[in-house]
Amino acid sequence: MRILVVGGGTGGTIVANNLARRLSGEIRAGKVRITMLSASDKHMYQPGLLYVAFGQMMPDELYRDQASLLESSIDFHVDPVEQFQLDKKQVKTKSGKVHEYDILVIATGSRIVPEQIPGLTEGAETFYTEASAVKMFKHLREFEGGKIAVVVGVPHKCPIAPVELIFSLHDFFKARGIRDKVKIKYHYPIGRIHTIEQVAKWAKPHFDRMGVEYETLFNVKEVDVENKVVKSEEDTETSYDLLIAIPPHRGMEVIERNSLGQGGWIPTDRYKLTMNGHDNVYVLGDTTNLPVSKTGSAAHFEAEVIAENIASIVKIGTPVRDYDGKVYCFIEAGHDKATYAMFNYLNPPDLKEPNKPMHWFKMSYNKMYWTSVRGLL
Amino acid sequence: MSESKIVDARDTFCPGPLMELITHMKQSNVGDTLELLSTDEGSGADVPEWVNKVGHEIISNEKIDGVWHIKIRKAK
Repeated sequence: MRILVVGGGTGGTIVANNLARRLSGEIRAGKVRITMLSASDKHMYQPGLLYVAFGQMMPDELYRDQASLLESSIDFHVDPVEQFQLDKKQVKTKSGKVHEYDILVIATGSRIVPEQIPGLTEGAETFYTEASAVKMFKHLREFEGGKIAVVVGVPHKCPIAPVELIFSLHDFFKARGIRDKVKIKYHYPIGRIHTIEQVAKWAKPHFDRMGVEYETLFNVKEVDVENKVVKSEEDTETSYDLLIAIPPHRGMEVIERNSLGQGGWIPTDRYKLTMNGHDNVYVLGDTTNLPVSKTGSAAHFEAEVIAENIASIVKIGTPVRDYDGKVYCFIEAGHDKATYAMFNYLNPPDLKEPNKPMHWFKMSYNKMYWTSVRGLL
Repeated sequence: MSESKIVDARDTFCPGPLMELITHMKQSNVGDTLELLSTDEGSGADVPEWVNKVGHEIISNEKIDGVWHIKIRKAK
């Protein structure tokens, strides 16, 4: 059995490691081979970027060598896939090599596309890449007062990030002693301040307490960089001194080029996590078109289901369980408190008031991630 | 040529039905029709509010067996 994992992010790495452990006997016996193809020899802990944007983590803390995170039995290559030939059960890589498979796992992730909104790239700070997070921190550090506008593109990775950003901005300027000189206005695409109703209800009194202004039903249409005005599809506009954007995302170009899914999102069965029409192709993380949060947490829980099912297919010829939509998101409520949202397809989150132990749990998890992605936690 | 597409956002809390609809609207062409399926009780009012504000067109809006079926035509 040849298992091919395409993508070395959170989802792909957990699938590969989990499988390598479950199928260690079969691998030693030469009955199973696990191969991973990735575009990079580095693995980034992406949630750390928000901390970089506030000077709380250094960029080098976000990276590990991908090879160091993988079980030694996994055949790892830095050689991104360029062609998916699903009818032939094979992929072709950038180097020209062809990899055949019996089971394929696609975990290629997503990318930011700020260029889809005129003026956003030039006019807005963001923190979804290492360079932009460092640039945003330098801008925040030099900012001496004025109006900050926060806008949110659709779709976007880590749906909790816009709310965490607001709490962090408030605490950052409070610590600098200039919070009274900074006006923060938050803009959100739908008719409440967060897409999860329970998060919106929880966050609203905190926004009021912090003096954060908000405008809902605001989908960013364009940024007038020269005049420092951001305009919405809904025909409203806000002037700003500093604009911070959660940029819109798309799936990876290789998915679109191979016509695997519109927008780079692959049509996926929400329970089996197989690509529609292809029972031997699994999809997880940001790559799916599922109405599930694009987060490392979703990828993690999906990866566990996929690994358990592929291992059971090898051992008894059938998958054993479905993905129930589980997601667990920490919510940093400033620089010293946190809470969390846990939910699945059928059960909404029940948010607790933020507290210090949960913040320290999150700070610990920022280190424990490297254990988690090895499939040990 | 305009297309019809179903956006199945039943049983989802995040990103939620309206956010799913906005994602799919951005990927569609003017004239395309999208049918949003949602089990979120608020969708019957929330979705038309956004659609009308941004200037698209509600074709129909009905609840069948606990599921909102909201048809929208992309107008701009």
